[in-house]
Amino acid sequence: MLTVTDLTAGYGPVRALDGVSFTAERGQVTAVLGANGAGKTTLLRTISGLHRAERGSVDLDGERLDRVAADRMPARGLAHVPEGRGVITELTVEENLRLGALGRTGRLDPADLERVYGLFPVLADRRAATAHVLSGGERQMLVVGRALMARPTTLLLDEPSLGLAPRIVAQIFELLRGLVESESLTVLLVEQNARSALSIAHHGVVLNLGRVVADDDADALAADDQLRHAYLGF
Amino acid sequence: MQQLLNTALGGLTLGMVYAAFALALVLIWRSTRVVNFAQAPMAMVTTFIALVIVDAGHSYWLAFAAALASGLVLGAVVERVVIRPVEGGPEINAVILTLGLFIVLHALAAVVFGNRYRSFPAPFGVRGIEVGGTTIALTGFGIFTILAVLATMGLLLLLFQRTDIGLRMRASAFNPEVARLLGVRVGRMLTLGWALASLVGSLAGLLIAGGSLVHPGYMDSVVVYGFVAAVLGGLDSPFGAVVGGLLLGLALSFVSGYVGSQLVALAALVILMLVLVLRPGGLFAQTAARRV
Repeated sequence: MLTVTDLTAGYGPVRALDGVSFTAERGQVTAVLGANGAGKTTLLRTISGLHRAERGSVDLDGERLDRVAADRMPARGLAHVPEGRGVITELTVEENLRLGALGRTGRLDPADLERVYGLFPVLADRRAATAHVLSGGERQMLVVGRALMARPTTLLLDEPSLGLAPRIVAQIFELLRGLVESESLTVLLVEQNARSALSIAHHGVVLNLGRVVADDDADALAADDQLRHAYLGF
Repeated sequence: MQQLLNTALGGLTLGMVYAAFALALVLIWRSTRVVNFAQAPMAMVTTFIALVIVDAGHSYWLAFAAALASGLVLGAVVERVVIRPVEGGPEINAVILTLGLFIVLHALAAVVFGNRYRSFPAPFGVRGIEVGGTTIALTGFGIFTILAVLATMGLLLLLFQRTDIGLRMRASAFNPEVARLLGVRVGRMLTLGWALASLVGSLAGLLIAGGSLVHPGYMDSVVVYGFVAAVLGGLDSPFGAVVGGLLLGLALSFVSGYVGSQLVALAALVILMLVLVLRPGGLFAQTAARRV
């Protein structure tokens, strides 16, 4: 369970997060929705230690995370898949995956590799290829697979649907939903595409200009016409 | 025919040293986007450390090992003390700091080791080997130079391609933020990268000094040629640095042998300009491939 309390952060005089509080339950997908500039990416970056919070706390399964350096997060069970996918294109597919395993234990368990190849057979076929030859959908599979190599309890996903065909998005979301159930993962899913995010999310938090404007079950958010028109754009 | 062979052999030996020095520059450029102009005086200082050990009556090989080890330490210290504080700012700041370090190390070396030419020993013969009755321009020390650089490159290749630490170092160089999110301690990898680069620079310094004279400024022209070699191969590509070094060594050897030795520096600048005009990314830059 990931609990964010009164989280405040910004860039110089610009306040990107203003007292954000919410809880993401274990074994559930929590969608973070809102327009461009609502603070979604800053929220993820602040949770994972890439950006410094001015105030507030982050708590993962009873442990404080807000003074932990970003490079220690994998050891705490937190995996952050950044926006723009974060494939290291100069490395091979397998090197990207190996790198994911090194973060937590410092060693590679071949069973983890086989498990990820089992989940994403397309990656197994191209394991020796340089990652820059992968398509957008394959890259998304690679970064999710790479995150799983660290056996995380919590996954932060930033715009995984960006630039992907709807069919690929559906496929990846389907897989994600399966993983959440089988591994009992806590997933925080940042999406601009609110409709498809709410279709797999259990819960949703809507941000506007750095503040939480709605925090409810996914179904309730999707059914709220006024909210949908004002903030979610569908 | 014999002159052709001798010119090629001389160029090959020299090219190996340029390749090593270019590799040292590329290792740092690739991870920190800094051209380390202090690489030359850093190598010079470690060569003087070797000379002090030799002058104290110890073996060449002890001095050799000590110079490489001090290169490793010096590289790490420079990254931590000089470069780290300006990290995150404009890269030009770090480059200017390396120029400052260039001057400081020069001055310190002149004070500590003396500002005069001193002869540096070589562990192998520095006279041409006889093959079939004629002497060719390949010396015992020349063979050692070629083998030492090849061995170092082989070990670096193994480190980068076959080990976990090498994978972490490459990830830090290619994408520091993603590497950090994956649990790589990027700062440590940068320190290690500088240390290894400085070690390779020290090796180049020792190989140039062998059987020759050293002086606080004896490496200064090498940083120019090493830089040209690195640009020739593409600053991002270690493989390109090696090929660039060999090509430059051969080209300059032919200019020296067939045109005139006084034109070598000019020829290097002409090559640099041609590369920048015709193929600014270098012969092996990955950016050219990525543009597709």
